[in-house]
Amino acid sequence: MDSLDLFFESLGLEPIWNNLPRFLSGALLTIEITALSVSLGLALALPLALARLSVNPLLRLPVYGYIFYFRGTPLLVQLFLIYYGSGQFRDVLEDVGLWRFLREPYFCAILALTLNTAAYTAEILRGAIQAVPFGEVEAARACGMSRPMLFRRIILPKAARLALPAYSNEVIFLFQATSLVSIITLMDLTGVARVIISRSFRTFEVWIFVGLIYLALTYLIAWVFHKVEYRMMGHLRASPGQAAAAEPAVAVRN
Amino acid sequence: MFDFRGYGWVFWEGLQVTVLVGLCAGVVAIAMGLLGAWGKLCKARPANMLANAYTTVVRGVPELVLILLVYYGVTILLQRVLTALLGAEVLIDIDPFTAGVLTLGVIYGAFATEVFRGAFQAIPKGQIEAAHSFGMSRLLTLRRIMLPQVWRFALPGLGNLWLVLIKATALMSVIQLEELMRWSDIGARNTKLPFTFYLTASFIYLGITIVSMTLQHWAETWANRGVRRA
Repeated sequence: MDSLDLFFESLGLEPIWNNLPRFLSGALLTIEITALSVSLGLALALPLALARLSVNPLLRLPVYGYIFYFRGTPLLVQLFLIYYGSGQFRDVLEDVGLWRFLREPYFCAILALTLNTAAYTAEILRGAIQAVPFGEVEAARACGMSRPMLFRRIILPKAARLALPAYSNEVIFLFQATSLVSIITLMDLTGVARVIISRSFRTFEVWIFVGLIYLALTYLIAWVFHKVEYRMMGHLRASPGQAAAAEPAVAVRN
Repeated sequence: MFDFRGYGWVFWEGLQVTVLVGLCAGVVAIAMGLLGAWGKLCKARPANMLANAYTTVVRGVPELVLILLVYYGVTILLQRVLTALLGAEVLIDIDPFTAGVLTLGVIYGAFATEVFRGAFQAIPKGQIEAAHSFGMSRLLTLRRIMLPQVWRFALPGLGNLWLVLIKATALMSVIQLEELMRWSDIGARNTKLPFTFYLTASFIYLGITIVSMTLQHWAETWANRGVRRA
């Protein structure tokens, strides 16, 4: 180990080498926050997408407003609004017992990221549900399926396949967006990097290192979704082994 | 609720900087995007590889990390390199505005690259062949046939990019650029009304989004005025 220590020191990388466990715990927190917000956001997004498609304006319009607000404003503002903004109503929040949660940066981060991704995901699901060919719905009705069964057996599985490419981009965006939680003092990968830089002044090396970790994890997520997509589209492949693999793409979120 | 206690002016100060940073970064992004699209579509292998590396790296790393890397990291790196080269202590100080414009421009240039690449590929091959058979040079074909149409194909994608870009300017507050988010922060601290100030800031961003969407719609209608609709 001594020779390794010397090797990294000669490269000027000892702040990274000596702090590897910290970087690991930061990366784990990043992954944890991503996983939690993605699952909570997805659970929230399905009912929201259905409400957004409802014929009842009392259901549709508030959800439309929610989606529009969270897609039209920066995530940083949403994060600050929840974390710092809640302080303005501290007395009221203490009375109802919510202050315990809202003073925790971890809780605020999860809440903001969940609300944000739920809005984007709901819009993706809405588009996918609307894209289900009407003939398939008609055929299911002709077979005598009830509305819930039609939904469960025909619309949802089809919409899930249609939504997958856009949804994988959303997950990647949320993963990258978790770096913002370092601004409200959480020790995620970016937060750990900032602390180590403030002690070692190895600004350039540490940011490159952290950037590479994000890069690797981003393309890992893209690769996993690509595999899932390949599995789910099995019925559309010509014959085993012949399907041309499209490169996993990361697009801009909107 | 919307009593700013004499600090309402911070929003106007911030809005101006936010829009200015957004527009400047947008210009840089379009330039980088055209360059990147050329790199991806031209026949030179090194240019292909460079352009692919550019979009792969930028899209795989969070904006915040790239912003901090450019603002703090690149400055220090340049300083070290120049000090080593010149033998004397060199101090480089990029102001937050320039750093912000360059970083956001480079980041969104990678996304614009994909938009322009798609737009160039959407031009029917026959038109380019026709231009060549008329004896147009490659440059003339680019100027007279391709560029006028590329804008039309690229407009929806660029409009989306602009909406994401203007929201990303909020991150510039982290490098102390005095844009809308930073000014709201100042207002929130001085009045102890964080919710009021951040909520107002969010509505201003929403306003920018709505205005941009309207302009985008007009621009698309205008760009497609010569296209026959089914």
